[in-house]
Amino acid sequence: MSRPPVSRPVRSEAGRRPNIGAVRSSFAPWNDPDATPLVRFESVTKRFGDHAAVDDVSLDIYPGEFFALLGPSGCGKTTLMRMLAGFETLDAGRITLAGEDLAGAPPHKRPVNMMFQSYALFPHLNVEQNIAFGLKQEGMGKKDIAARVAEMLALVKLDAFAKRKPDQLSGGQKQRVALARAIARKPRMLLLDEPLGALDKKLREETQFELMDLQAELGVTFLIVTHDQEEAMVMADRIAVMREGKIVQIGRPEEVYEAPNSRYVAEFLGDVNLFETTVEAIEHPMAHLDLAEAQAGFYVLDDDCPGPGSTVWLAVRPEKMRISLDPPAADARNVLAGEIWDIGYTGDWTNYIVELPGGKLVRVARANSRRFVDRPIGWDDKVWVSFDPDAGVVLTA
Amino acid sequence: MRRGPSWFNLVSLTLGFAFLYLPIVLLVIWSFNASRLVTVWGGFSTRWYVALLQDSQLLDAAWVTLRIALMSATVATVLGSLAAVALVRGGRFRGRTLFSGMVYAPLVMPEVIMGLSLLLLFVAMRFDRGFWTVMLAHTTFTLSYVAVVVHSRLVTFDKSLEEAAQDLGCTPAQSFLKVTLPNIFPAVLAGWMLALTLSLDDLVIASFTSGPGATTLPMRIYSQVRLGVTPEINAVCTILIAIVATGVIIFSVAQKWSAAGVAKT
Amino acid sequence: MSRPRSRAAILPGLWLAILFAFPFLLVLRLSLSDTALAIPPYAPQIDWSRGLDGLKAFFAALDFEMYRRLGSDRLYFDAFISSLQFAAMGTVLALLVGYPMAYGMARCRPGTRNILLMLVILPFWTSFLIRVYAWVGILKPQGLLNAFLGLLHIPPVDLLYTPAAVQIGLVYSYLPFMVLPLYAALERLDQTLLEAAADLGSPPWKSFWQVTWPLSIPGVIAGCLLCFIPMVGEFVIPDLLGGPGSLMIGRSIWMEFFANRNWPFASAVAIVLLVTLIAPILLYQRQQAKALEAGR
Repeated sequence: MSRPPVSRPVRSEAGRRPNIGAVRSSFAPWNDPDATPLVRFESVTKRFGDHAAVDDVSLDIYPGEFFALLGPSGCGKTTLMRMLAGFETLDAGRITLAGEDLAGAPPHKRPVNMMFQSYALFPHLNVEQNIAFGLKQEGMGKKDIAARVAEMLALVKLDAFAKRKPDQLSGGQKQRVALARAIARKPRMLLLDEPLGALDKKLREETQFELMDLQAELGVTFLIVTHDQEEAMVMADRIAVMREGKIVQIGRPEEVYEAPNSRYVAEFLGDVNLFETTVEAIEHPMAHLDLAEAQAGFYVLDDDCPGPGSTVWLAVRPEKMRISLDPPAADARNVLAGEIWDIGYTGDWTNYIVELPGGKLVRVARANSRRFVDRPIGWDDKVWVSFDPDAGVVLTA
Repeated sequence: MRRGPSWFNLVSLTLGFAFLYLPIVLLVIWSFNASRLVTVWGGFSTRWYVALLQDSQLLDAAWVTLRIALMSATVATVLGSLAAVALVRGGRFRGRTLFSGMVYAPLVMPEVIMGLSLLLLFVAMRFDRGFWTVMLAHTTFTLSYVAVVVHSRLVTFDKSLEEAAQDLGCTPAQSFLKVTLPNIFPAVLAGWMLALTLSLDDLVIASFTSGPGATTLPMRIYSQVRLGVTPEINAVCTILIAIVATGVIIFSVAQKWSAAGVAKT
Repeated sequence: MSRPRSRAAILPGLWLAILFAFPFLLVLRLSLSDTALAIPPYAPQIDWSRGLDGLKAFFAALDFEMYRRLGSDRLYFDAFISSLQFAAMGTVLALLVGYPMAYGMARCRPGTRNILLMLVILPFWTSFLIRVYAWVGILKPQGLLNAFLGLLHIPPVDLLYTPAAVQIGLVYSYLPFMVLPLYAALERLDQTLLEAAADLGSPPWKSFWQVTWPLSIPGVIAGCLLCFIPMVGEFVIPDLLGGPGSLMIGRSIWMEFFANRNWPFASAVAIVLLVTLIAPILLYQRQQAKALEAGR
């Protein structure tokens, strides 16, 4: 059984690089060998015609986890979720929930509930009836249903809208009804298909935090499908990045962002500068990379770096680069000289696009942490770009 | 998850379509049957078609019907399209409720009542009943069908296209002719074809409003059918079906072509 | 904002006022007149030479003679009742046959759906009269149905010129009018709603009653009205397939008119028929207006 590639373990060297990322979290059942997963995808494959929408995917999701499937449209993330909900059949492999094989269980008998991308609210039923729909199927008593519906309405703050029909609600209200309807049955797991896709930016940010609070409050396992990397990074405990039916990396948001295992992941999450270089020498713990544009070459950490002579890619995030109008010391490493090609000012950040002598463009982001700047940088200025040895990641794929 | 049709769906579709098409298929078979009896196959024959060609009364009636249908369908298409434009783009003009009531009532009005009321009108106005009265009557009741077809297309037509045309210097009339009309034209054409077939098919209203010398094909068929089974009628029916089927095929192929043409550009 | 195009209403409005609305007044007037010996004219006539007096005399002479006759004649009352029965029964049967068809069509793949849709509309383009007439060949005593039953050693049935034949003819002729609005409603149905129902624990047959059926109600109403209203006034089907026992009001009007030449009486029957149908017609118009607004 092929296991998905997991993020490389972070080497902790005293004093220099103790942790990856800026967030400390103690919740990590995936590192606990005794923890039992709630859901296991075991070598799951789904084909549509010749095309494998999901290709031999294995994945464990643990109780209480907020898990995100992230990828561009058509990468198979929605299909994977729909197989768990029971809307798609498996061509190979199996899915277990709390140890039980779900094969053959129709959607209406699975203890998971889904929040649909379009919300799929029943237009002929009002808010209350929509929320009660799933409870009625269980044969719950009228009183219990009413109590549970009231509880749900309070939870999503829609008490005043109980008698409204879906077409009388705003997008955000519809989203909350869909959420209330899905969690009313107390599912073992809540599936969210692009839950915030239809909301505007401001509302989306608010709702992200609401969802996280709700998940913490209910203790239900959440599986979210999204193409929005920010959404996944803000909310999820772990992210699985998918590409063409396969999971390419699984890890905490900080891991997949700061320690991507491929150019694809590095480019999919955020901006990145990629330099194709050759390994010149390994001088542990450093690697010397050769690059025409950098006079003295690159000196970076030699994590996972192949031996001399191999071609590798060095990935450096724009916010981890510095830009300066003054030339650095003559023997400084990791320095690139160039000219400002374009500037994008976004308020909190300024993005500089620097053209290197060979024509390559490098992106540098600088936080606007000061209101006043001594020497602002302008178009066509000659600048120097530099970064620290631990700022870059050496990629072989 | 769009599940395919279940066996229940397939059975109900098969039975339903068999019910719809059985009589039509039988008519076609009977039209080539040398025997007069519907249960006896007397061999393949075109004798009823030959008889048909010699039946000048029937041919005259067909010609009258066709002329009435072409004229009334054309007038009804103009009036019905105007009515649809008024209903969709007219805003809240005075008498709109009455107007829309008049436009759509003929759709569900029993034909007997329409026929009777139109006849009384022609009598009151001392019109000689004949070709023209049938034409007027048919225009009146088919106009509504055209209006429905064009209406449903117009409501989905993006009004901002027309506004863009006016922004670029068209007068309202020009913007309608140059932008709206070309876009709703398939619906207008469909409305015309619908009006044509309704007119070709009508027995009741024509019977009330027609006079001597203007016997339509359905009237002729009706009187023959009343007299008993005449295999000639089967032949007429087969020819009509062939014409309709050819028309439908040409129409759908043309639509596919134009769709492909749009896709290419 | 471009100017509203309300002027487009002038021409069709005038046309319909003269050729559709105004004639109803004539029917009403005639229904209140008496039969004269020669046809036309009828008594009373407006004597325009006497001016206002003539108009008064005209109104004074109008009476409800024809309606009284209509009320006293058991035959017409029966015809009305049986028309409504035929139409109601025919509508229910068409719904029972048409709903599974429309549902099956909506569940086919889009390409197949369009072909099936074409097949539903196609009979509508061939002569109605001839399609009804085809049933004569099937149902008559030496017809195809009995030949078929003979093969199965089932005793022959004599259906032609019975109420059953009229009922078959009604369902057959109006089936497309039932299927089309039902299909339109079912095809629009968002499939994810059914997925949501399943996800919330509803088995497929329950989802049908909880989601599909309530959401197809507008289509059911439109289809039923579209069948019921014209069925009540139907003439050709009872005339060709029904016997003397199959009284229908559309046929009565025709007979009064063409056979008995009693125009005032035919008009009175027509007025009563129209009054009977006014409620369903208005209901249909409201439904239609709502659907068109929703299409916007």
